[in-house]
Amino acid sequence: MNITIDVQDINSRVEIQVKGEIDAYTAPKLRETLFPLSEQENISMVVDLSDVSYMDSTGLGVFVGLFKSVRSHNGEFRLVGLSERLRRLFDITGLAEIIDINSDAEGGLK
Amino acid sequence: MEIRENMEERYREALSTYLKDQTEQALYSGQKISRKTIEDKISPEEIISLHKSILMEICPDTTDKVFHSLDFLLEVMMGYGIAYRELQSLRHQQQELKSEIEIAANVQHTLLDTDIPDVDGLEIGAISVPAKQMNGDYYHFVQDENECMGIGIADVIGKGIPAALCMSMIKYAMDSLPEHRHAPSSVLENLNRVVEHNVDPSMFITMFYGLYNPHNHVFSYASAGHEPGFYYEAATGEFKDMDAKGLLLGVEKKTKYKQYEKSVEPGDMIILLSDGVTECRTDEGFIERETLIEYIQKNIHLKAQEIVNNIYKQLEKLQHFQLRDDFTLILIKRNV
Repeated sequence: MNITIDVQDINSRVEIQVKGEIDAYTAPKLRETLFPLSEQENISMVVDLSDVSYMDSTGLGVFVGLFKSVRSHNGEFRLVGLSERLRRLFDITGLAEIIDINSDAEGGLK
Repeated sequence: MEIRENMEERYREALSTYLKDQTEQALYSGQKISRKTIEDKISPEEIISLHKSILMEICPDTTDKVFHSLDFLLEVMMGYGIAYRELQSLRHQQQELKSEIEIAANVQHTLLDTDIPDVDGLEIGAISVPAKQMNGDYYHFVQDENECMGIGIADVIGKGIPAALCMSMIKYAMDSLPEHRHAPSSVLENLNRVVEHNVDPSMFITMFYGLYNPHNHVFSYASAGHEPGFYYEAATGEFKDMDAKGLLLGVEKKTKYKQYEKSVEPGDMIILLSDGVTECRTDEGFIERETLIEYIQKNIHLKAQEIVNNIYKQLEKLQHFQLRDDFTLILIKRNV
C-alpha cells in the first residue's frame, strides 16, 4: 500500500498527480500534503487521479475536505482522470453534482 | 532482595556445572534462567554483572581481558535493557487502551441497539458487523403510530472510533425528530443540518432512509449518497438497483433530498447495504454487485435473517475472515 504525490506549483495553479492507493493508511499523507495548498487565496487546484488504483471512502473524505477548503478561499477545485469505478463513487455520493470531475485536463497532466 | 539472591545461587550452580563439562543439560539450565530473569524483571546488564562477579569467584585465574570485555558488554547491553523496559511499559499501556476500547464498544453496542420490529406481512433480516471493534455502520428501525416502519442505514466516511462516535450522534438526532416528520426526504434534510453543524469538516455520512407503509405497501425512500440497494421483483425474478440521487450528509447545509416511491408486491424484497458489502476485496479484486445478487439468489428460499447471515459468512470466507470495512446488510421481504 503506497502512494506518491507529485505537486507542481505554477503561480496560483497547482497540479497534483497522485499514484497508488488511497485508503485509511495513505489518506493522512494526502491530506497533509494538499491541505496547506488549499488554503491559498484564489488557488486553482487540479488533482489527476489516473494512476490511482484504489480509493475508498476515506479518500473521498479528503477530497470533499479539500474542495470545501479551496471553495472557502475563493479558489477552483477539479479532479481529472477518474476511472469508471471512481466516477461511480462520486456519482453515488452526489459529489459529482458539486465537484468538477468532468473537465479533462488538456491532454492530461504530464 | 531474595529474588536476586536466589538467582545468584542458581546462576553460580548452572555456570559451574557448564564450565566443568559442556553438556546439553547444563546448557538447558541456562535457558531456564533466561526465562526466570524475564519473569523477575532482571535486566540484561544486571545479568552480565552477575555473570562477571560469579566468574571472578569461581575462576579467579581468568585473564583480566575477559573481565574487561564483560564490563564493555555490560555497557553495550545497557541501552538494550532500557529499550526493553520501554517496550514492557508500552505493552502495559496498550493493554489498558485495549480494554478501554472494549468497554467503549460495549457502550456503543447498547447505545445503538435497535429491535427489528414486527410488521404484519413483512419479514426482516439484518446483520451489521464491524471490521474493528467499533462499528461505523449503523441501522435503525422505528415504528410510528400509523404502524409505518422507518428504516435508516448509515455509514460514516472514516473508520474506527471517530466514526463510531459520530454514529451515536446520528442516532440521537434521529430519536429527537418529531413523530410526524418521518418522511424520508425530511429526515435526511434534518440530519444533514445536524451533521453539517456538528461534525468535523472532513467527516461525512452516507445514509439511506426508507419508510414502509404496511397499509398500502408503498415504500418511500431517499438517499444521501448511500450505496444503492437492490429491489427484487418476484413477478419477473429480476434484481434492480434502487437508484436514488442525493448528496452525502454534512457537505452542504441546504441540501434537498428527492423522495422516491415504490409499490411493493407480494414476494418482493428490498435489500439495503453499506458500501462495505460491495467494497469487499477478494484475491481477484472487488466483489461485484452481480456476485452479491448471485449469493442472494442462491439463498432466496430461506428466511430473511438466514439469507443475510449466509451472505455474511460467504463474504467473510472470500476475504479470508479479515473484514476491511464495516459490513451491514438488511433484507425486507413482503410475504406472499
